Amino acid sequence: MSELQAQSAGERVVEPLGVPRIETKTQRSRYLDVLIALAAFAVLATLPFLFSSKALLDFVIRCSAFGLFATSLNLLVGYTGMISFGHGMFFGIGAYGFALIMQRTGVPIPLAFICTLLLTTVVAAVIGAICVRLKEIYFAFVTLAFQMLIHSMILSWVSLTGGDQGLRGGIPRPVFFGLDLSNYVHLYIVSCALLVTGLLLMRQIAQSPFGYTLRMIRDNAVRASFIGIDVWRAKLTVFVLAALFASTGGIIMSLFVSGAYPEFAFWTISGEGIFINMLGGVTTFLGPMVGTVLLLILNDTVTRLTEYYGIVLGIVILFFAIGLRRGLMDFAVEWYEARRARRTTATG
Amino acid sequence: MLEIQQLSKSFGGVKAADDISLSFADGSLTAVIGPNGAGKSTFFNLITGALRPDRGRILLNRIDLAGRSPPDIVRHGIGRAFQVAHIFPSLTVHETMLAAVGADQRRASLLHRRFPLAETRERAEHAMEVLGLVGKRDRIAATLSHGDQKLLDIALAMVLDPKVLLLDEPTAGMGTEERWRMIDKVYELWERQKITVVFIEHDMDIVFKIAPEIVVLCYGRILATGTPDAIRGNPEVIKAYLGTEQHAETAL
Repeated sequence: MSELQAQSAGERVVEPLGVPRIETKTQRSRYLDVLIALAAFAVLATLPFLFSSKALLDFVIRCSAFGLFATSLNLLVGYTGMISFGHGMFFGIGAYGFALIMQRTGVPIPLAFICTLLLTTVVAAVIGAICVRLKEIYFAFVTLAFQMLIHSMILSWVSLTGGDQGLRGGIPRPVFFGLDLSNYVHLYIVSCALLVTGLLLMRQIAQSPFGYTLRMIRDNAVRASFIGIDVWRAKLTVFVLAALFASTGGIIMSLFVSGAYPEFAFWTISGEGIFINMLGGVTTFLGPMVGTVLLLILNDTVTRLTEYYGIVLGIVILFFAIGLRRGLMDFAVEWYEARRARRTTATG
Repeated sequence: MLEIQQLSKSFGGVKAADDISLSFADGSLTAVIGPNGAGKSTFFNLITGALRPDRGRILLNRIDLAGRSPPDIVRHGIGRAFQVAHIFPSLTVHETMLAAVGADQRRASLLHRRFPLAETRERAEHAMEVLGLVGKRDRIAATLSHGDQKLLDIALAMVLDPKVLLLDEPTAGMGTEERWRMIDKVYELWERQKITVVFIEHDMDIVFKIAPEIVVLCYGRILATGTPDAIRGNPEVIKAYLGTEQHAETAL
């Protein structure tokens, strides 16, 4: 029975409590998700052979980096209700960690990738253990404080990080499994593979029993603890998992620019993550991915037309926040469901 | 058996629970009554781990649960429903039950499988059936009526198969008819499940009608315990809570 039907049946309907319902209706099997992911990868992988535009490949690689970052932020914001203003620190740690390991040790790329994720796990576990105890605004600002701390360390530890000049000199890219990341198409394919695999894994997290635990915590953490859920542990787990995907985004970015820069760990990266989620929406799994594409298109077109990029972006954000009052995908899904409900009422 | 021994809790100079000692036999149904501020909800908060007692022991089948965390206490078999329904507004009734059973089966952290888990379905169905929520299984919790939200809150506690169920004002905020429907449901639940039920209630008609045992709290202390007849005739209870003997008679 719909809310409308319940009202007409004379029941006293309690106002929804303002908590968004995240894509729980469609219970696709994981095999279907894998098929969709494979199809998406196949489409992306054919692009270099269909279009000769390097700008297009650039765009997709950047989408891969920011898409992983923004979708991982949505695991915190949309699924768990933890608004982190410091998630960008893990993007920075991924970029710097990977670039440093490759520059200083010259180990194979897969090993450097794993070591970077291990480093991210340790840092995220320590920061998370402190932050996830905090509530809402305190959590947001303490994560921001940690991000600024890491950014300051990058700036001041010049001998290791290159300070405000960033890590220059390029990243060595030894061939692995026949892939040569100094070849642009190979880099593109690997970025797409990381994006698709990352999204698939995050989708599995979101649709697993743990994903529903996160939804319960977001809806009512007190109740969740009174049905036996260790809220702190669940929050810490998702904080670390989200950090790993953000870090992977940072690794892609460091390969793309062949280095790492302090901006990757600056608070504006976290701000962009929040913007992306606002643009794309947080109640659908692919909302942040759509937001990423939107933001990067805006970025690329507006900066070409005017130097007042910030003003234009601000107006767009205001349009979504005040005009639509939700992200694009949220709006589209609501519109579609309302239309379907109207049709059902009309036919039923 | 749930035994409370010398349970105390103060907030500054205010004694919210003052040396409370009680025992609840297995399968008993007990009402906790008392004026506003008597410490009834604090008493529940102490038992369920929402508050840490300053002193005292909470023994469930001889295991001391005092000072433990709510998840730990829940796992030992004490379930709770709240005065204001504590539900998961964005989930459907069915999803809520499935997720709660999953939590009880310690499968809430599973990452490699998909929700819902097959092994949670039967218990979820049973809880919905017992609480009369089967017809509303696909309704999003936030859109349920107030009474159904309270039922869902109780179902959330019930689905964990508790040994002791604490209900904090199950009829709060309901109209007369709805109250009786709810309390009938609680009574039916108690009879059917054979668990220990302790409930806080302000409606004396309900209390005197269904509770074989009554505990009266006042200023954090136990004022009286006993059967409805004993409580009804207790001059201290009449003075502190029921008002006058005449009022007590009217309530009956």
